[in-house]
Amino acid sequence: MLIYTLRRLASLTVSLIVASFVIFAVIEVIPGDPASFMLGVNARPDTLAALRAELGLDQSLPVRYFAWVSGMLTGDFGISYTYKTPVAGMVADRIWVSLPLAIYALILSTAIAFPAGIYAASRRGGVGDTAVMGATQLGVAIPNFWFAMILVLIFAINLRWFSAGGFAGWDKGLFAGLWSLTLPAIALALPQAAILARVMRSSLLDMLGEDFMRTARAKGLTRRQALWRHAVRNAMIPVLTILGLQFSFLLAGGIVIEQVFFLPGLGRLIFQSISARDLIVVESVVMLLVFLVIVVNFLVDLTYAWVDPRLRRRT
Amino acid sequence: MKVGFVIGAVLSAIVLGLAVLSFVWTPYDITQLDVANKLKGPSDVHWLGTDHFGRDLLSMVMMGARTSLAVALVAVGIGMGLGIPLGLTAAALQGGWLDEVIMRGNDLIFAFPSLVIAILITAVFGASAVNAIIAIGIFNIPVFARLSRGAALSLWSRDFILAARVAGKGKARISWEHILPNITNLMIVQGTIQFSLGILAEAALSYIGLGAQPPTASWGRMLADAQTLLYIAPHTALVPGLTIVITVLGLNLLGDGLRDMLDPRLRVDRS
Repeated sequence: MLIYTLRRLASLTVSLIVASFVIFAVIEVIPGDPASFMLGVNARPDTLAALRAELGLDQSLPVRYFAWVSGMLTGDFGISYTYKTPVAGMVADRIWVSLPLAIYALILSTAIAFPAGIYAASRRGGVGDTAVMGATQLGVAIPNFWFAMILVLIFAINLRWFSAGGFAGWDKGLFAGLWSLTLPAIALALPQAAILARVMRSSLLDMLGEDFMRTARAKGLTRRQALWRHAVRNAMIPVLTILGLQFSFLLAGGIVIEQVFFLPGLGRLIFQSISARDLIVVESVVMLLVFLVIVVNFLVDLTYAWVDPRLRRRT
Repeated sequence: MKVGFVIGAVLSAIVLGLAVLSFVWTPYDITQLDVANKLKGPSDVHWLGTDHFGRDLLSMVMMGARTSLAVALVAVGIGMGLGIPLGLTAAALQGGWLDEVIMRGNDLIFAFPSLVIAILITAVFGASAVNAIIAIGIFNIPVFARLSRGAALSLWSRDFILAARVAGKGKARISWEHILPNITNLMIVQGTIQFSLGILAEAALSYIGLGAQPPTASWGRMLADAQTLLYIAPHTALVPGLTIVITVLGLNLLGDGLRDMLDPRLRVDRS
């Protein structure tokens, strides 16, 4: 397990380094002169020179790259050009909207998909199975941001149970915060739950045909006991893969959903920065998102090995 | 033939037909504004109603179909065109350093969801349909590379490949003459899936303003326009939204049906 973990850790580090190269190259190398890009064509020469000095553009590329990376490692994400405040502070405020939203959606998605998938698999070919599978077909075809608008139309505009947008803030209490994230989380979660339910069902169906299931029944377990004790646990491995992938989709998808609900999260920060051409913010926030995705996938890999000891030896 | 496949084929054909028809005819000209008739519900004059500029929604949907299908199609083309050769190369050189580099490169792209790629591209180059194609296309590359590598690897251990090697064929020639034809069906099925995902991604990108720019019509932009009008004219949101759902549903059913027909092994145990 230790060697497995170390190997995964090494590949995590390499991924992060390469990702940082890519982001640095796209943001700081391709535009040629980031300073004139940020200020536009009509910038005065002295303003341009001042920004170049502020961004450290007079230094060589390797020096700038290492300054950026070591800054990020120590929590210094640079100073936003438009807001004149440290990017780290801006990110810290907003990540407390984006991250809880993604986790909330992941929990909802799992809570819907697991029972639905298990139910469908245990009634394979029946009416219940057909109904669940039909619902998942529809679920994967619905764009989450449109679903979000429909939720607003029904639950905010007509029924007035929720506000149509905005975030109450965690200082108003946990419940108020969660309440304002509920519609966005449902919108994010449902299409993902459809995918997850399909994976859960097909993975379970694979397990139901295995020899150990016959053995379990032969030793006197009921169908239900055999299903829960043996099939569901073994079916978890492919489901975990999808869960890991889903977290990155939920984080990225949150960027769009935040636009629908006017939530002050990382997504809105990125869009404000793109329209203000504030490359420093874009660079750091994108790196942070990619970092989160890579780390989550690393954790999923470790969970596999924990769930399935065979994997520890193979890799 | 399964019912799902027929429904999928019909829905896909309708959307494709509307997109093709829009090149020669739309009910109204979408560049003509008719503010006197803005936000009208569906009627016999405007079958699907009008938007906040009085433009005919059916015409907008038809023009938007063009954008969506074109973006998704080219993005799948990029994914297949680059991904399949990479996957076949990796499989042919299994275990070698190039295989390792290709597969790790794939993992890396997966760390950049297409939305994040789109953000990076638009931050530097600005928003356009072309940049949306690139963003979705880049994300498609590892999908096809992984799938074709996996499928090719299982073929490399088969007897007919051994026979080809004994006959003196090189790895590149075997990949081209024997492996590729045998994985084509699988790639077509995955292509349908990526195509429908591409349509969803294009809609999301143009909704947040990172895709096609006005005056190019796109379903995502129609939804963005409709958002502030939800209260007074919900049909402006329902029309493009349902169009997307119908299109994606149709393509998914078509893909499932194709998979069943092209891969007999899956006929018995479908998931």
